[in-house]
Amino acid sequence: MPPNPDPDAGLLARMRAGDEQAFVILVQRYRASMLALAAGYVPSQAVAEEVVQDTWLGVLRGLRGFEERASVRTWLFTILVNRARTAGARERRTVAIGAFEPAVDQVRFDPAGQWADPPERWLEAVDDRLTAEKMADCIRQAMAGLPARQREVVTLRDIEGMSSDEVCSVLEITEINQRVLLHRGRSRLRQVLESEFGRA
Amino acid sequence: MRLRLALRRADIVCRQAVELVTDYLENALSPAARRRFEKHLAGCPHCTEYLAQMRATIALTGQLRPEDLDSTMQAEFIALYHRWRADPDSDH
Repeated sequence: MPPNPDPDAGLLARMRAGDEQAFVILVQRYRASMLALAAGYVPSQAVAEEVVQDTWLGVLRGLRGFEERASVRTWLFTILVNRARTAGARERRTVAIGAFEPAVDQVRFDPAGQWADPPERWLEAVDDRLTAEKMADCIRQAMAGLPARQREVVTLRDIEGMSSDEVCSVLEITEINQRVLLHRGRSRLRQVLESEFGRA
Repeated sequence: MRLRLALRRADIVCRQAVELVTDYLENALSPAARRRFEKHLAGCPHCTEYLAQMRATIALTGQLRPEDLDSTMQAEFIALYHRWRADPDSDH
């Protein structure tokens, strides 16, 4: 399989050549997701900031040795997760998935399992630009409220656009765990949108 | 009545369908499970709506962009970069 052109590879080349703006662009592109991820491993936002800062230093130092076998973002997030693990009080080698968490509150189904209280409608409202912006804000807030592991997977998959393979590699979780966490995270976000914007 | 109660094993209900949405979108269902899921959707407008909402949720999440770095932070990162350029292997 030919490698996909990596949109960040050009930035790395510019950074090697002394272009400070290329570094700023790379930081700008990934800092928020890095913070969101780091926060899942360490006890406070302040420590998460330190981990991210430390990661960028690690990126600069690793620049000469980086051989671009992995994509730049996989490399960045792998450095981040390693540092966050080291900094974190919690050892997270294994990811416990926890008890079954339904995508939809079970009271919304009748005893036969059919919808008793069907999804309220909100899709039509996405076409309105202002409403879509409110929805985006709503998702941003809801992301912060997701359990850390769900937030990590949703951030990497749906915000950063990583493949499931990349996410499994960065977070060192199995394909199945990745899918369960993604499912729960996305389901919660949908529910928040329905609660905020839905009409029966 | 008995026939109605004895749902064929192949049939799924809404409560199950909503749990299969991500597997469906990730192409992780077996061909038989995929057919069952799609058969359910074909007869269930609510689950069809639900799937469309999940797709829209994913699309909206994908549009989130990080806020711009403020000028102080930009300056800090530029300073970090220059310290590294000056001395690539030190602790800074």
